[in-house]
Amino acid sequence: MLQLKNISLKLPEFSLDDINLKINEGEYYVILGLSGAGKSLLLESIAGMQQPEKGKIILDGIDITNVKIQHRNVGYVFQDHAVFPHMNVYHNIAYSLKGKYKKSDIHSKVLEAAAIVSIKHLLDRKPNTLSGGELQRVALARTLIRDPKCILLDEPFASLDVQLRDDLRALLRKLHRSGRTIVHVTHDFEEAISLAQKIAVFHNGRIIQQGNPFEVFANPVSEFVARFRGIRNFFKTRMTRPDKVLYEDKVEIEIPPQQRISNGFVMLNSRDIWVSKTKPADRSINLFNGQITDIIPNFKGIEISIESELKLTSFVPHSELQHTQFRIGDKVWAAFNPENITFLAT
Amino acid sequence: MVLSALGAIILLFIIAPLAGLVFDTPLSDLFETARDKEVADSIWITLGTSFGAAFVCAFFAIPLAFVLARKSFPGKRLIQGIIDLPIVIPHTAAGIAVLGFISRNSVFGQFASGLGLDFVGHPVGISFAMAFVSIPFLINAARDGFSSIPLRLEQAAKNLGASSFRVFFTISIPLAWRHIISGFIMMFARGLSEFGAVVIVAYHPMITPVLIYERFTSFGLKYARPVAILFILVSLVFFVGLRLLVKSNKTKRKKISI
Repeated sequence: MLQLKNISLKLPEFSLDDINLKINEGEYYVILGLSGAGKSLLLESIAGMQQPEKGKIILDGIDITNVKIQHRNVGYVFQDHAVFPHMNVYHNIAYSLKGKYKKSDIHSKVLEAAAIVSIKHLLDRKPNTLSGGELQRVALARTLIRDPKCILLDEPFASLDVQLRDDLRALLRKLHRSGRTIVHVTHDFEEAISLAQKIAVFHNGRIIQQGNPFEVFANPVSEFVARFRGIRNFFKTRMTRPDKVLYEDKVEIEIPPQQRISNGFVMLNSRDIWVSKTKPADRSINLFNGQITDIIPNFKGIEISIESELKLTSFVPHSELQHTQFRIGDKVWAAFNPENITFLAT
Repeated sequence: MVLSALGAIILLFIIAPLAGLVFDTPLSDLFETARDKEVADSIWITLGTSFGAAFVCAFFAIPLAFVLARKSFPGKRLIQGIIDLPIVIPHTAAGIAVLGFISRNSVFGQFASGLGLDFVGHPVGISFAMAFVSIPFLINAARDGFSSIPLRLEQAAKNLGASSFRVFFTISIPLAWRHIISGFIMMFARGLSEFGAVVIVAYHPMITPVLIYERFTSFGLKYARPVAILFILVSLVFFVGLRLLVKSNKTKRKKISI
């Protein structure tokens, strides 16, 4: 079991702020955060390349906070692979075994590791002749051959095209099924959902939410987490009545009646936000007047950003666009029904 | 066009004196000089002392270069400045400094003398003088070489359980090898051509630059010229040879890999 207790570290660009994580043996744990948020710093601290200023890292009951990189037995697969350019694939994979095993044993272990990641045919090749996906596999094999207690993956899908992503996903699942503990850092929500048993959302150097992926994304605790799920309309509100909340203490929103008075988040699907250039005669609640600030087309329709008392995002399918044309700068009315709101009490 | 013309003038400035040197010397003079034992001895001494200086210094300079490339510590800039000092001080002054260091009056000189060694007027003294003025080339080239290696590779090796010592020899040195060799050749070359510092530390045994100077002051340009040409040729053969050696190693490695 890997445990991080109150890990803090401040560097000029990134920081870790009181990170607490508990990763059980054999667990597939995904840390989700934006690119450039300092997620790698967290992995580097676990691997020993960065020394936390505060806190403890405990692996299988042993405090490894001050243990040298070499003696941690934590495998790190770097985002840029860090395959040794002056050695062929065979020697890259065999690197950690040299001087510790007999040549024949090393040979069979290398073949075994290469077979797991399907690169047996590449053993004689030099890294500069390999593709991103192949380099990734070399880096994985090189880590696997040591049989580390825990494997750290830093954005493993970053340099892969779509088809290779599927292959790698299958490979990672296979590794996980064989009982390995994996800590995987990514900025990709889909990737996280497809692999994770547990997930932690990392933002501004902090873990802001953790749990199983379903729980985390069904009950996002912040706009940041909601945005990962593609939810654009997410507002932190204060409840004034069981069916009424205030956003930023001034904008009133009607919500489905709640059992008890409690503050919470208003969450809305952008498909449920109705937009029109004319003021509707039949709607008066949750009706906002604003201006279109952006229009993003996709193959199903357009996504419209509206600046009003609330910053709303509405999705209009192509079928409905035949009647109305929207342009950036248009004055519009936006509305939504209270029953379409998901209210997450806090 | 103007730029090319300006460039050509500089090239001519380098080539013309060398060409003049070659064309003004009859071939017979050159052969005669080649058979001159004094000249041959001086060339061997020059090559030996300079190579020895570079070789011995490499064992200390390469680790220092690695530390400078990888570690940050207070006073690092000062150390960097000290390393570059021999390049900027006049070489006769460097010679005086080295002579003071190895003379029998100094602590080091007394210590050496206690062991029965006297470096003044000795090939080792010459090596000292050569090393003093040429070592920045090796340190700086090796430091640049180590700096150019992504830190990630060394971290990856450590993550695979390798000791710092093993990482140094299996990752850092092989990846900085070309820079190191290039620095070594520069140091060797700079040592070969040193006159000012060496002439103060040891007039005898005579290295070739000193011999050229002596022949010029005693007998004139005509006698100095063939020695100069011969020395330039020998130096060229060595440098081209060393460069080819490094290059062929590299291409051989490439061939195996494909």
